[in-house]
Amino acid sequence: MNAPVTTDQHAQLSKAERQAQVVRALQAHLPAHALIWHAEDTTPYECDGLTAYRQRPLVVALPETEAQVAAVLRACHALAVPVVARGAGTGLSGGAMPHALGVTLSLAKFNRILKVDPVSRTAVVQCGVRNLAISEAAAPFNLYYAPDPSSQIACTIGGNVAENSGGVHCLKYGLTLHNVLRVRGFTAEGEPIEFGGEALDAPGLDLLALAIGSEGMLAVTTEVTVKLVPKPQLARCIMASFDDVRKAGDAVAAVIAAGIIPAGLEMMDKPMTAAVEDFVHAGYDLDAAAILLCESDGTPEEVEEEIGRMTEVLRGCGATAIAVSTSEDERMKFWSGRKNAFPASGRISPDYMCLDSTIPRKRLADILLAIQEMEKKYNLRCCNVFHAGDGNLHPLVLFDANDPDELHRCELFGADILETSVAMGGTVSGEHGVGVEKLNSMCVQFTAAENEQMFGIKRAFDPAGLLNPGKVIPTLQRCAEYGKEVVRGGRLAHPDLPRF
Amino acid sequence: MNTDTAFQQVVERVRAAAADATSLRLRGGGTKDFYGQPPRGELLDLRALSGITSYEPSELVVTVRAGTPLAELEAALAEQGQCLPFEPPCFDAGGTVGGMVAAGLSGPSRASVGAVRDYVLGATLVNGRAEVLSFGGQVMKNVAGYDVSRVLAGSLGTLGVIAEVSLKVLPVAPAEATLAFACSQADALRLLNEWGGRPLPLNASSWFEHAPGAGVLRLRLRGAVAAVEAACAQLGGERQDPVRAAAGWAALRDQRMPWFALDADGPLALWRLSVPQTAPVIAIEGCAAPLVEWHGGQRWYLAPPAQAARLREAARVAGGHATLFRVPAAQAADCEVPRFDALSAPVARIHRALMQEFDPHGVFDRGRLFAGDQ
Repeated sequence: MNAPVTTDQHAQLSKAERQAQVVRALQAHLPAHALIWHAEDTTPYECDGLTAYRQRPLVVALPETEAQVAAVLRACHALAVPVVARGAGTGLSGGAMPHALGVTLSLAKFNRILKVDPVSRTAVVQCGVRNLAISEAAAPFNLYYAPDPSSQIACTIGGNVAENSGGVHCLKYGLTLHNVLRVRGFTAEGEPIEFGGEALDAPGLDLLALAIGSEGMLAVTTEVTVKLVPKPQLARCIMASFDDVRKAGDAVAAVIAAGIIPAGLEMMDKPMTAAVEDFVHAGYDLDAAAILLCESDGTPEEVEEEIGRMTEVLRGCGATAIAVSTSEDERMKFWSGRKNAFPASGRISPDYMCLDSTIPRKRLADILLAIQEMEKKYNLRCCNVFHAGDGNLHPLVLFDANDPDELHRCELFGADILETSVAMGGTVSGEHGVGVEKLNSMCVQFTAAENEQMFGIKRAFDPAGLLNPGKVIPTLQRCAEYGKEVVRGGRLAHPDLPRF
Repeated sequence: MNTDTAFQQVVERVRAAAADATSLRLRGGGTKDFYGQPPRGELLDLRALSGITSYEPSELVVTVRAGTPLAELEAALAEQGQCLPFEPPCFDAGGTVGGMVAAGLSGPSRASVGAVRDYVLGATLVNGRAEVLSFGGQVMKNVAGYDVSRVLAGSLGTLGVIAEVSLKVLPVAPAEATLAFACSQADALRLLNEWGGRPLPLNASSWFEHAPGAGVLRLRLRGAVAAVEAACAQLGGERQDPVRAAAGWAALRDQRMPWFALDADGPLALWRLSVPQTAPVIAIEGCAAPLVEWHGGQRWYLAPPAQAARLREAARVAGGHATLFRVPAAQAADCEVPRFDALSAPVARIHRALMQEFDPHGVFDRGRLFAGDQ
């Protein structure tokens, strides 16, 4: 659990004292404008993209140089102050939610692209560079950075590294992990450190693989070397309608089984399609039970060959209508709804909760049907948009946060989806991270020993436990209180532990 | 898996070793015994942990026990028109899937398609407390918790016994072609980097001299039929006979080519330099021209172990690192040159701490990966 905000007066006083102490320590290293602590100034930092969880930080530090980052970390380490690194604050799981007694380390000023090298097809960028800005800088060389999370106009590469972000093209082009060569940053003690390198591997354990997706708990990233890939000459997209979700789910598996790796393979259910059509007017088939978007990219010859094969498979699976984009404008129109699924949901409901579990592809239809049952059980609506090719679901549960009962039912609905996903052989988070949001669900996916081993990894990198504490890994006590625990192979992980 | 006797025996063996402070030497087929610091400890043969647990071609995922022969896995995938795209080297018959992950070595296609770690989706391991832990899973995207299963790739058994892994697999490319170009090393590197920036279906490359001054660049293309044909027309070069070319790539992967042959009593060892693909020609005094792979990213040199400082410095200047990959038999026992480059102080500290967290009783031979640290 994150440190609770206490209303106890004595604690409030000591909190003020603590704040003064931390401000004094950081003032020695930062210019005045790079340090804020008054409530009215720190409020914008109280949450990230997961707005349901809010916490004002003790202090916000906005360093401008690596030397200042190191100094802030050293000072915080000396005072045992937690540090929560923050990029653009677009994360969806509360990974950047502040610590009540901690420093939020905003890395927004690290926004320079240091090098784009067309020969090595790499770019060296500071952590605060936006995902899309990398591709824009690489465009003159006909190169781009492949991972493209929906928030790519705003989210930063540092945040992408923290979350191991995906996007709609990762089935073919991989996740952040597959597209980053090197991460430079600082340890919790403020010592410079590098993971990976400019070569394809580095000596020792692959700490880069641990650092990516570690949600800011192992080190603070300040600079990233990313791979750039040649822009495909052509991309075309098929939009296929299905009158039955099971047929659509089976079509996804059939495309893969045919030996095709599409550049993107996405699915929207009927409620989602209605919501986005109303928003973008892309001409989606409103009668379809599910729509698949299936993209091919490459040379014109390759694309023609692949589009032909994919069309055949989709028809064979019972597609009721098939359209193939004939221009870049039309392709973008096909995608416009998918890319705007979240804002479109925001228009039809006061609030929505976005989930992010992954399941084996073959269970797509099963989980959609299970979610339809859950809509009845919790009396809430849910729109579904899936990175179907990866089996990554983004159900959007619609609710009104001002109605406490709806909020409560929504949380139960979400937990039910995550647990059902785990039961189907999946995972509680495909690309948004655990943060604070899915701590309870981690108890369902991992045994106490597995969580403890992850705490061990945290200790190895950050012995004092100061980097983003309380996120990602649930404590034994938390799991016991949540009352759900993994029972794998017929044995309970900790039979000696009291149950509540 | 938990009910499996062979597996229970492994767990019990680790438990006993932890209790009486025994060090275990984890081993599959023993085809990579030469790699890393010389192995130590009581042998724990993992070949009994064998068999494909689940394989569904349409999921592009296979889950397989660590002791399964790599050849058995590759045959099962081939039957379904799928493969491990990173072409793991087996060097010799009998290599296992666990050994493939533990060694973390990838074959000729690595620069184009990724390494072992990029295809590891999940793993079950037995840590030094004899706890059975599963991380990752059987799905493509998974960010729940730290990516522990990928760290096992290349860990040389220092974090635990890899008992089972789930791997992403891919369809075999519909078309393949190998082109040969007579050219110097500098021209080969220039061409490879130039081609790399274009949307071509590059898959693997090698350059070496058949005789002093007679270098040949070989380029393998893999992809859609149309893409491979278009690239062949564009790039020129001499198209190789497909059967002979395939045998040549396999011989390169397993280092069975004459170029790699070490004289057991001779002075020369095999060095691996991992450098940025764009690093220029790296000439090492007294060394013949290297064999270049991975579009310039992996360069093999034949040099005595005592040349370590020179090779390591050259690799470092180029932005990479050097590994003493294979030492001739006569020297192997007394060779004190560390196999791997030294780690930076904070990275070494994290290594020590991680190994301690996974294996507090020192059951696993951490010295295999991390010289000078017992």
